[in-house]
Amino acid sequence: MKIEETENEIVEEFSMFDDWMGKYEHIIELGKSLPMIEEKYKTDDRLIKGCQSKVWLHSEIKNEKIFYTADSNAIITKGLVALVIRVLSEHSPDEIVNAKMEFINQIGLTQHLSPTRANGLVNMIKQMKLDALALKAKV
Amino acid sequence: MIDEKKNIKSVSYPWGRPGGAFDVQKIRKDFPILSRKVNGKPLIYFDSGATAQKPKQVIDAITKYYAEQNANIHRGVHTLSQEITTAYENARATIQKHINAKHAHEIIFTSGTTESINLVASGFAKKFVNAGDEIIVSEMEHHSNILPWQMLREEKNAVLKIVPINETGELILDEFKKLLSQKTKLVAITHVSNTLGTINPIKEIISLAHAKNIPVLVDGAQAIPHMKVDVQDLGADFYCFSGHKVYGPTGVGILYGKEEWLRKLPNYQVGGGTIKTVSFTKAEYADIPLRFEAGTPHIEGGIGLAAALDYINEIGLDNISVYEHELLEYATEKLSAIDGLKIIGTSKNKASVISFVLEGIHPYDAGVILDQLGIAVRTGHHCTQPVMEHFKCEGTVRASLAFYNTKEEIDELIKGIAKVKSMLK
Repeated sequence: MKIEETENEIVEEFSMFDDWMGKYEHIIELGKSLPMIEEKYKTDDRLIKGCQSKVWLHSEIKNEKIFYTADSNAIITKGLVALVIRVLSEHSPDEIVNAKMEFINQIGLTQHLSPTRANGLVNMIKQMKLDALALKAKV
Repeated sequence: MIDEKKNIKSVSYPWGRPGGAFDVQKIRKDFPILSRKVNGKPLIYFDSGATAQKPKQVIDAITKYYAEQNANIHRGVHTLSQEITTAYENARATIQKHINAKHAHEIIFTSGTTESINLVASGFAKKFVNAGDEIIVSEMEHHSNILPWQMLREEKNAVLKIVPINETGELILDEFKKLLSQKTKLVAITHVSNTLGTINPIKEIISLAHAKNIPVLVDGAQAIPHMKVDVQDLGADFYCFSGHKVYGPTGVGILYGKEEWLRKLPNYQVGGGTIKTVSFTKAEYADIPLRFEAGTPHIEGGIGLAAALDYINEIGLDNISVYEHELLEYATEKLSAIDGLKIIGTSKNKASVISFVLEGIHPYDAGVILDQLGIAVRTGHHCTQPVMEHFKCEGTVRASLAFYNTKEEIDELIKGIAKVKSMLK
């Protein structure tokens, strides 16, 4: 599935909720589907800077596609990471770098994109793109 | 400084209904923002410790400045400039009176507490601190009262000594006494902890330091909104606070310094307004306070801050202290009853700041859910990472209460926490 197709799928999925509670309950549920990072990768150098909660991200390249695993100690953050990984994982570095990630605004989670000290979704996406570029260069 | 326990029963309520309690509903009408909705819910603002909301009296003073009074101060001979210079200097006098400084020229306008502390730290680095000298701070300081001293430590090869806190979040005074030495050049300590709410025994701390001829700088950012501060009674050598935490504008703050100290401190930033005469070979600097106020100041900030102080004085700081204490006790009782909730900072002498952690729930998650309910709390380390380290938590949820908050809002917070628990269990 293309990146935009997954984004559209998520937008569709979130359109079912007409209140914030449903939406957040869904995010919390999605956190459980997060591709878990292996314990050995939960190191300080894999922590995303600027998150109020801890987010560990590990990136790998297989057959020219990037695979992400992650974890967070906050449940909502975990759900947000799961969403971003669902969109970006298993794509080529170029596709990842060029992804616009507009679905976040479309599902009404813009507040999580604001560059405040409170959350690091912006930093997370930035790190995922940087990792993709770095892994591409290594191959 | 008001003794929290004293006079509680004897205060009157001039702001309230005749014979009734503190009229919070009347006060709330002064704060336009309190009538707005957030995420479709009435705003419940429990983040006054980060920045307080502004009454219309302050907003009006700022609007009036731009609509009717705008001119540069201390510069022009024209009427507008004269008028606004008088208004700005009157603001300085209002601040002087509010903290009972001996002289108006002991009041320096800065951009906030952070700049006030940096100004003193920079002066001490240039003039009073040498290799091996010591500065004392405490474990409960805001990063703004740690980093300037760390920078000084690096610059001068000095030593930073830390007063530890106990399990209730109070300074351990016996340890403080042991740290005072002939090498100590300054004690820099907070009056009220922004994370724990602890009100420190500042007068005692100052008198202990002064007994060894050591000056004391007090970070008063969290004290000024909650209690009467008398810098002469406390004996503080420097007292710093911010306008925006005391219902005034952002971007303005105060450095109070005893005249003798301000005269000894070297220049900080220099530029327009700080001089008597300038040529390319030399400059003759102005007297205090102008020597420390380079460039066009935050004029409406100073005027807005004075309007804020006039406003709280009209209500009465004693009345504010009593009402906020009532809110604090109510919130503490209700929060303590919640299963799995632990209050961080349980000193007997507290301002209306409550930090807490919820078992198995990250503060960020709690903050996001509460926000959806229109409740604004602060989550995280509150710029006090050493405090988090001490209590072995990554962060807390902090509700900081002001005199425009109500018990009904606290009830909503309690319901909100129940929702947080049910959603994140």
